[in-house]
Amino acid sequence: MKPHRAAAVLTAVALALPLAGCGTPTSPTLTVFAAASLTEVFTALGEQFEDAHPGVSVRFSFGGSSDLAAQVVEGAPADVFAAADAATMARVTDADLTTEAPTPFATNTLTIVTPSDNPARITDLDDLAGEDVALVVCAPAVPCGAAAEKVAAAAALDLRPVSEEQNVKDVLAKVLAGEADAGLVYVTDVRAAGDSVQAITFPESAAAVNQYAAVPLTDGDQQALAADFLDLLTGPAGQALLAAAGFGVLR
Amino acid sequence: MTLLPRWVYLPALLGVAFVLLPLVALVAQVNWADFGSLITSDASTDALWLSLRTASASTLLCVLVGVPMALVLARTRFPGQGLLRSLVLLPLVLPPVVGGLALLYTFGRRGLLGSTLEVLDIRIAFSTLAVVLAQTFVALPFLVLSLEGALRTAGHRYETVAASLGAGPTTVFRRVTLPLVLPGLLAGAVLSFARALGEFGATITFAGSLQGVTRTLPSEIYLQREGDPDAAVALALVLVAVAVLVIAVVRPDRAAR
Repeated sequence: MKPHRAAAVLTAVALALPLAGCGTPTSPTLTVFAAASLTEVFTALGEQFEDAHPGVSVRFSFGGSSDLAAQVVEGAPADVFAAADAATMARVTDADLTTEAPTPFATNTLTIVTPSDNPARITDLDDLAGEDVALVVCAPAVPCGAAAEKVAAAAALDLRPVSEEQNVKDVLAKVLAGEADAGLVYVTDVRAAGDSVQAITFPESAAAVNQYAAVPLTDGDQQALAADFLDLLTGPAGQALLAAAGFGVLR
Repeated sequence: MTLLPRWVYLPALLGVAFVLLPLVALVAQVNWADFGSLITSDASTDALWLSLRTASASTLLCVLVGVPMALVLARTRFPGQGLLRSLVLLPLVLPPVVGGLALLYTFGRRGLLGSTLEVLDIRIAFSTLAVVLAQTFVALPFLVLSLEGALRTAGHRYETVAASLGAGPTTVFRRVTLPLVLPGLLAGAVLSFARALGEFGATITFAGSLQGVTRTLPSEIYLQREGDPDAAVALALVLVAVAVLVIAVVRPDRAAR
């Protein structure tokens, strides 16, 4: 083969390769769009689901709830949508993308997070308003920021963060890097981060409890599997996994 | 009569459509009725003003260190120069978020220079200075690259003549080299400004996001995209307008000479 012909063949192969993945999968695939905080739990749950449904594969798209809601409303192909708060879920139910009421399956609350050595010696929520504390929270426009505002209001505190991040993982990253003295994140995020950070729970967190709910989508072509997945999620196996990850559960 | 094969026009046209169509779609999405109030809200003007200030400061920094860098790269020869040039231009191809991480581990509180800066009582993280550093990091290669190209194209014949007539190196630089490469320097500065203005990844990783302090236009757009898409689109249009203006000033067809 002449070199330029080889190049042409290679180019053709390179162009065709990405297309090969686009065909309809031969085995049934359940597509689940879920809030980023559910990553660990849902991944484990997906494996259980595949074990219980031979031949079925589950694929996930994890991201910020608002982002995913926007994608679903724009027509992204999903069978199940799981959101981290009621307001975000409403964006999907308001768009008539489902005939069923969302099924609540877990709750999540905020906690203070500090680097493991807690350089600013934070012990409670009041300490976050301290003069020299580099506090990082979520921006009020995203669910975790709205929750932070609620707990601050409940404690009548004027929090002056040095940064308002776009999502909860960015807050955690700034604390992990030691740049921030403290942050407000979800209990489950700290659980996932392990020993490199310290969590300090505070009673005022009860003022902002996020309701996690999931719903099957009308446009999905795996209605039966979607219903099975919700059953697994609200059943003992799903609830045990959620509880182990730090979520508040149904029972 | 052109010698181009006729089939190139179709893919070329597709390419042009691919670039322009998204811009048309963005413009079509703009909520014109509220456009004025959307781009003059407190959050928007804070972001715009911060972006203009930081991008100007970054461009100035780029000129201050970039001109000497371009001079050394274009006018001297030393072992390892090729490697050094590649390394210095690295931010050009590096994903900005990686640049942000690298800056964090350099200037952050627990970074390489962190303890030194702490002693001097300088806190860079979460400050406007962090935004300027992030922008300078990603914009610098644009200035160095443009100016080095201009210097090489200009050659050093005039400089040699000036020196032989008794002008000292600084006089040669000021009176001969600088005027010769001024268009290249301006083009480089405008490109750096544009790159600094659009900086997002390194800023969000290294500087954070706080209204009026570190939340530049791109961060504001990214944030509003979730809460208020109309505001995000309106601000995006402002950035597009700036980009068009930059292209009009730099005119790639002239800069390419």
